[in-house]
This record gives sequence, C-alpha cells and structure tokens, in this order.
Amino acid sequence: MSNVVDVLLSGVFAASILFLVAAGLQVVFGVLKIFNLACGSFYALGAYVGVSAVNWSLAAGLPRPLFVLALVGGGLALAFVGPIVERLLRTVYDRDEAFQLLLTFAVVLMLEDVTQLVWGTAPYSTGALYLSYGQALILGSTVPVYNLLVIGASVLIAVGLGLVLTRTRWGRIVRATADNREMAEALGVNMRRVYVQVFTLGTVLGTLGGALVIPSTTAISEMGIELIVQAFAVVVIGGLGSMRGALVGALIVGVLRAVAIATRPEVEMLLIYLIVIGVLVVRPRGLFGGAAA
Amino acid sequence: MAGPAVAQTSPRAGARAFAPGAWVLALAVLAVLVAPLVVSPYYLTKMLPFFAYGVVLLGLNLLVGYTGLLSFGHALFLGVGAYTVSVATTRLEIRSFEVILLLAALTAAIVAAPIGALCVRYVKIYFGMLTLAFGMLFYSFLIKFYAVTGGDQGLRVAQHSLLGLFEARSGERVRFLTGQFYYYAAAVLAILALVMWRIVRSPFGLCLRSIRDNPEKAEYLGVSVRRHRWYAFMLSAVYAGIGGALLGPVTGQVDPTLVYWTHSGNLVFMVLLGGFTSFFGPLLGAFVFIFLQDQIMSVVPYWRLVFGAILAAIVIFAPTGLMGLLSQRPTLPRWAVLRQAPGPEHAN
Repeated sequence: MSNVVDVLLSGVFAASILFLVAAGLQVVFGVLKIFNLACGSFYALGAYVGVSAVNWSLAAGLPRPLFVLALVGGGLALAFVGPIVERLLRTVYDRDEAFQLLLTFAVVLMLEDVTQLVWGTAPYSTGALYLSYGQALILGSTVPVYNLLVIGASVLIAVGLGLVLTRTRWGRIVRATADNREMAEALGVNMRRVYVQVFTLGTVLGTLGGALVIPSTTAISEMGIELIVQAFAVVVIGGLGSMRGALVGALIVGVLRAVAIATRPEVEMLLIYLIVIGVLVVRPRGLFGGAAA
Repeated sequence: MAGPAVAQTSPRAGARAFAPGAWVLALAVLAVLVAPLVVSPYYLTKMLPFFAYGVVLLGLNLLVGYTGLLSFGHALFLGVGAYTVSVATTRLEIRSFEVILLLAALTAAIVAAPIGALCVRYVKIYFGMLTLAFGMLFYSFLIKFYAVTGGDQGLRVAQHSLLGLFEARSGERVRFLTGQFYYYAAAVLAILALVMWRIVRSPFGLCLRSIRDNPEKAEYLGVSVRRHRWYAFMLSAVYAGIGGALLGPVTGQVDPTLVYWTHSGNLVFMVLLGGFTSFFGPLLGAFVFIFLQDQIMSVVPYWRLVFGAILAAIVIFAPTGLMGLLSQRPTLPRWAVLRQAPGPEHAN
C-alpha cells in the first residue's frame, strides 16, 4: 500500500512540474500557433537561476525556510526573456511553420550554451534544502513536504490560469485571438501586445517549473532538451493548444512514468512514446484538442 | 524561384542557370579527388562525416525541399544504418562493406515502410511531431534494451573490407580511413547524388514537387498524393540508412545520441543552412556545418551558441540558405510563405 502511494505521489509531483511547462507550450501554441521547442530551455534556465537565487538570498540573510520565495522570485524574474524571444519570433509569423519551429530550435541551441557559459558544466543543486520542510506521512508512505508544496502550487496556478482565461477581460481577448486572429484583430485587439503577453506568460510558466523542481534534483545543461520531449508527449496526448489537455496529459505522463520506473524500468519512456504515436495516429487532435486555448 | 533547382519551366532556362554551377561542381569534385595528396589527415577525417551526412541530407531534402514535409526525426534512419554496420560487423560476421551498405539500405526501408505509411497521413506540424515521436521511440529503445543495443554505451564497429580488397590493418586505422575509405565514401556519395539527380528530374520527382506546391491540384490531376509521399519517405530513409552506415566506421562506435531529437534538428539545420531550394544546397550545408563546427570548437566550446545565432539569422534573413545567397535568389518559394489555417491537416 505504502509503495503504491509512494509511486503515485512521485508521479503527481512530476506531473505538476510537467503541467507548468506544458501549459506554457499550450498557451503559446494556442495563440501564436508556434510549437515552442525553447520551452524546455526556459525550464532549464529557471532551474539554474533558481539555484543561484537561493544561494544568493541565503547568503544575504534570508531565513532558510523562506527559500521557496527566492525560487519563485528567480522564476518570475526570468519573465524578461519572453519579450526578447518573442521579438525574434515576430520576424517569421507569416512564414511556414517549419521556419518557426526551426527558429525556436535555434533558441534551444543558444540557451543551452548560455547556461553553460554562465553556470559551467558541473551539476548545480540547492543541497540539503529539499528536506528542510521535513517529511510527511501519508497513508504509510513518507513524502518530502516540499513535493506537496509544489503540487499545491501547481494546482493553484492551474486554477488561477483557468480563472484568468475564462473570467477576465484579458482572458477573453486571449481566447478570442486563439480562436480567430483576424476577427479579433478586426474587433480592435492589439495583436502585437497580446502575442508578447502570451509568450511571456508561456515563458514564465516554464521558468517557474524549472525553479520549483530544482530542490528535488540537480541542474544540468541537458535538462531542457530532455524535458521538452516529455512536455511534447504531454501536449500531444492532451491535445495541442488545450489547457485541460495539458493538465490531463501531464497526469498521464507523470504517473505512467512513475509506475513504469517502479515496475518495469525498461519500458519507461518507450511506453510514453508509444502512447504519443497511438494518439497521433488514432486521434491527432489529442484528448482535448479542437477547442481553442 | 518556386523550388529546388529545376523549377524553371523551360529546360533551356535551367541549363543556362546551371552553366556556372557546373564549373563550380567540377572544381569541387576535383578538390575532393586531390585533397588526400595535399590536405592533412586531420581535415581528411573531417571529410568523412561530410560524405556520410551528404548522403543523409540528399535524402532528407527529397522530403523537405522537394515534397514539402519537414521531418524532425530523420536521425532515426541514420541511426538504423549506423547500428546495422555495428551489428553486421560484430555479431553477424559480415565483412564486405558493400553487403553492409545494402543491408543498411534494406533495414532502413523495412523500418521506414510502416512508419512512413503512418506519418504521410499528416502534413506540416503533425508530420513533424509524429516523426519526432518515432525518433524518440527508437532512442528509448536503444537506451533501455541494453542487451541488444549496448544501452548508452552503444556498440563498436568492427573490421570490414571494401570491395573485398582493402581493410584496415591494426594500427593503420587512420591511414585506411583517409586513404581507401575516403575515396570509397566519396564514390558512394557521388553515385547516390547522381541517382538522386535523376530521381528529382524524373516524372516521379515532378509529381513530388507538384504535391508540395498544391496537393489538392496534384490529387485532382491523378497523382496519388499519399502514395508518392510514402515513396519519398522511404527513399529518404534509405539514403539516411546508407549515410548512417558510412558514418559508423568513421567514429568506430555507434551510440544512441545519433538518434536523439537534437541530432534530427541538426540535420534539418544543415539542409536549411545550405539551402533547401537547391539540389546541392544540403551538401554545402553539411560541409559548412562540419568544418565551421570544427573551427569554432578549436577556439571555444560554445559552438551551439554560435550555431544557434547562425540558424536564427538564416531563418530570418536568408531562408533559402547559402545557396540562395550565392545565386542571389534569396526570396522564398511561395509554398514556404503562405500560412494555412491551423489544425491537424490530413494529407490528401
């Protein structure tokens, strides 16, 4: 029993991080119709900046239990990357999507080396902070409280995003743009501004995901290109452009991977890609695709 | 210019446009032939991946440039070819490299047949995603099934003989590679380039271009769009398999990074760098990519930063690549400019 809970909880933890990155991918795809391979690189960037932010702020006298604030701050501070990359992508909005995809790939290549330039090639971690909130006993299994915090934060962000997109004026504009760009523009929506805002939102979701995951693991420069293919699996299973799809897809990928690792480690990602291919072949719109944003 | 090389409507216009190109080509061939006499072994060993990637990219551009399908998982077939060499030389005791090349082509075709049949049902981003997923599926297989594939360590490539005459004696590997193997690989590239040249100029090649430019119209005119896309997919996979097989002996070791998605991305990068609207563009792209990477890495380890910037500049300012810049035709063909309504577009 405790084993099952262990596996499930670690799956949900992975899923909550995956959801953040996948949500960033989805919101950008929904509005800009660009599959942003650089989402994984934003995640890696968030992880590195997260570690540095924690180290600096602890050295500057931040009480240890508040290190989460440094992580979140680091993730949010990276929002400035969004408009820069969006400025780059703006040059190819009217091009075939092959070029847009390749331009995001160019960003992947550049950011991978930028992280190496700044932080070097050695793995980076926050050390023992991970367990500084202690462990909780849930149904006979021990879980780091930090994991529960992240799961909670991710749920909060999911709910918040849902509310913003469905209940606010800005959310309606975003959904209208995703649905029909020409019509939204004709009705007076400032497309350029919406694109920058949405892309920045997507960026922050990625960097926040990276910053939040980092206490539980170590930052390495390949983490971005590794995560993007998982996030890719999530959005394909859930359906491109769909937020609900990102949520369900992340849960499927996160939990299935955890179960596979615990029972049959050799099928781990193999299983995920088989599902991805199955979904693409049988139902290319994914579980929740079709509806915009 | 509406597409690679022969988009001109009259054959005479094509011949005129290629007169200076023919001279450049002749010079390039001559340079390749005499290089072993004048160039240091170090640069000769860099030419070997060029020959291998050249073959791969000729095939990839049949898909990208001529058929209009962007594959983001093409390294899969390169990997199939490379692993075929390794398995053939170490487990099956096959020595003849000609047999190995045939085997690599055959294996790639067998693997590509079902994958291609599934992938060509889609176009645009969905085609790219499906190929990416298959590539990563093969990657996870290579990583996890250690007993068969050697896991992340990969497999070694053992002794093989060229034409039944030449093989690397122990301690003379570099001499073999920069001597007999160099000419052998160059010959394979030349032959396959000639074959591809014929293919893209055949009625079949014309069908592919008509599909790329307007699939609905092609279908209406009686071209079986999906089947032609499938043939193009298989052909490009066979080229990738042979190219991968040529790469095996060069590195002496094959490992899963060969099929990782970033490697597929780099293949597309090379095609775009040289110019996907030109027949020889991908070859130029491979050449520049390999030697520029080598030069940069001899100065700083951050080749990705430089290459990412180059790729961005190419995509934004020179989408027809170096060939487009050289021929002063930097405008994109129309099929690469128009944007269509988003959504999973089923191929016809």
